[in-house]
Amino acid sequence: MDIKQLFQDIASNSGVSGYEDQIADQIQEACPWVDEFRRDTLGNLIMLKKGKAQSDQKVPRVMLAAHMDEIGLIITKVEKEGFLRFSTIGGFDQRVLLGQEVTVHGKETYRGVIGAKPPHVQSPDEQRQAVKLEDLFIDIGFDSAEEVEGKVAVGDLATINQTSWNLQGSFMAGKAFDDRAGVAAMLECLKALDDLNFSAEVYAVATVQEEVGLRGAITSTYGIVPDVGIAIDVGFGDQPGLQEFQTIKLGGGPAIGLGPHVHPTLHKRMVEVAKEWKIPYSLDPSPYPGGTDAYAIQVTQAGIPTILLSIPLRYMHTPIETLDYNDVKLTGRLMAFFIAGLDNEFVEGLKCF
Amino acid sequence: MLLRKLTEACGAPGQEGEVRALIRSEIEGYVDEIRTDALGNLIAVKNPSAPGPKVMLAAHMDEVALMILGIEKNGLLRFRPIGGIDPRVLVAKTVLVGEKKVPGVIGSKPIHLQRPEERQRPLSIDELAIDIGAKSQEEAEKVVNLGDCAYFATKFEEFGQDKIKAKALDDRVGCALLIELLKQNYDIPVYGVFTVQEEVGLRGAGVAAYQIQPDVAIVLEGTTASDVPGSDPHKHATSVGKGPAITIMDRTVITHPPLVRRLIELAEEHNIPYQIRRTNTGGTDAGQIQLTAGGTKAAVIAVPCRYIHSAASVMSKKDYEAAFRLTSVYLQDLQEREGN
Repeated sequence: MDIKQLFQDIASNSGVSGYEDQIADQIQEACPWVDEFRRDTLGNLIMLKKGKAQSDQKVPRVMLAAHMDEIGLIITKVEKEGFLRFSTIGGFDQRVLLGQEVTVHGKETYRGVIGAKPPHVQSPDEQRQAVKLEDLFIDIGFDSAEEVEGKVAVGDLATINQTSWNLQGSFMAGKAFDDRAGVAAMLECLKALDDLNFSAEVYAVATVQEEVGLRGAITSTYGIVPDVGIAIDVGFGDQPGLQEFQTIKLGGGPAIGLGPHVHPTLHKRMVEVAKEWKIPYSLDPSPYPGGTDAYAIQVTQAGIPTILLSIPLRYMHTPIETLDYNDVKLTGRLMAFFIAGLDNEFVEGLKCF
Repeated sequence: MLLRKLTEACGAPGQEGEVRALIRSEIEGYVDEIRTDALGNLIAVKNPSAPGPKVMLAAHMDEVALMILGIEKNGLLRFRPIGGIDPRVLVAKTVLVGEKKVPGVIGSKPIHLQRPEERQRPLSIDELAIDIGAKSQEEAEKVVNLGDCAYFATKFEEFGQDKIKAKALDDRVGCALLIELLKQNYDIPVYGVFTVQEEVGLRGAGVAAYQIQPDVAIVLEGTTASDVPGSDPHKHATSVGKGPAITIMDRTVITHPPLVRRLIELAEEHNIPYQIRRTNTGGTDAGQIQLTAGGTKAAVIAVPCRYIHSAASVMSKKDYEAAFRLTSVYLQDLQEREGN
């Protein structure tokens, strides 16, 4: 299985927070590199890969977490002319929505276009402002509420209709790369582990509901209680409008987290592994403990030593998120070598400050 | 489908080559003459030497696009619209750049790093750039040239109740109508003109009309429909699904009143749905055609399109069919009344 192709497929598919089943099915179907699959109550996909150790031996337990949910839209009203009003699930900049194509997940799936009042019927004042979320609507090409009846209802979801596509070199653009790129990196790691000698039990979790409050990571970590937690998410890539210190460079490999959410010894080890195996990396210091699954893992039960790896991503939370697929591969590779180097002594030492 | 091919083809003002070649291949064999002129208009003639009134049917081949004006050191492309595009519709869209159709995206800053007040103001054109994934200026220059144009990467699709979604319906819908009209037979001289550079000032239509000197001209267009929530009914201009729009006046033309009256009479007589275009804004090739030589009678028949000049505009197949019938019926009528 080509993981890059799988990544394109899952990124193009729909899985808004709370409704990730299709994505989980797609991953499970395509992933031959693990020993067991299970789903928990919230829908997390937990994949277990066993190391090459004796069965009675205690081994380090590692959890990898990347969220498979994406931000989306939810229908709030059907107008009498057949247009749909909507709200957002997760953080959307209202300015990226105008003119987007969407898929509305009603009784069947329906194509739609996000429209607004055209500029020439806007007041000069309106023309100088961004079109507000409440003034946007989805046009699904039906002419009345009666025609829409039985097809789309309030509470149905809509997703941006954007197939991933290849740019120059190994760059790619599309929706939901946040954080299906993390899922792809996790799969790259599982695949790479097939060729390595390691003893750890690896729990690779495609988590749910990250975008609405890290919820899947909370329950899945509770069920696993790993010795080491690695969250893989996307980080702000270098792009216009941002200062250099705010970003990590596309093509520069994974960014290794630094800050309150990252265990200092794990950070040190991860950097050593990158150097040893000549994997390019950058550092991603952050003063904020929240925002990714790393936080949810870190504070589970009696506390879990945790680290965050970030894949550089431009234009985050837009339909055309852009990344360098090499960074995804390198992130997987770095994790695989890190896991291969884990032993009981190291993980026990993580509690000794 | 004809309209799929036409809308997925790309042609900025002055760069209509792909569209022109496609149209030429569609009409070859159905017309007596095909020629191009100094500006690139494609002129197709049926029955050039037949007696009777000379009629010109016009649709423009060009579409609004983005012209690449600069390639930055980091490989990003800077651009300006060619034709009228509201920069607010460009954010977070996919585009195809140049003749090689290099894929690119127009990015914006992540919401996480914005101040809330930033989201209230539109992104200016200077804050937008096309990212083709090139790591440097040199890499970008291998596939993109200054002056290349970028187009919305929208696929044609049918959806909803008889609706079509596509880019460039303004005016590929007119081109499709004109191609199909040229495939019918007439006894009078019919000049089908696929014009260039409408979006930057109706430049092709005037010179084409000068060469033809028609007795009457009908411009086939895709026009704005504002029949959407938030827009008062009296500002709808046109409504999708209510038939082709007949123009009384716009910024460039007061259409010939007896001609307009005849179109309305014929629509009523043949039970063809139609609507009067209810705004005097915008402009069409009719503006140049009416001023040609000593003046030319001109009218506009337009298919209403929502979200015109954006990535995905929407029209109704029923309006297309009705526009075709109305134009066709008018040509028959002209032939019967004024032909030999």
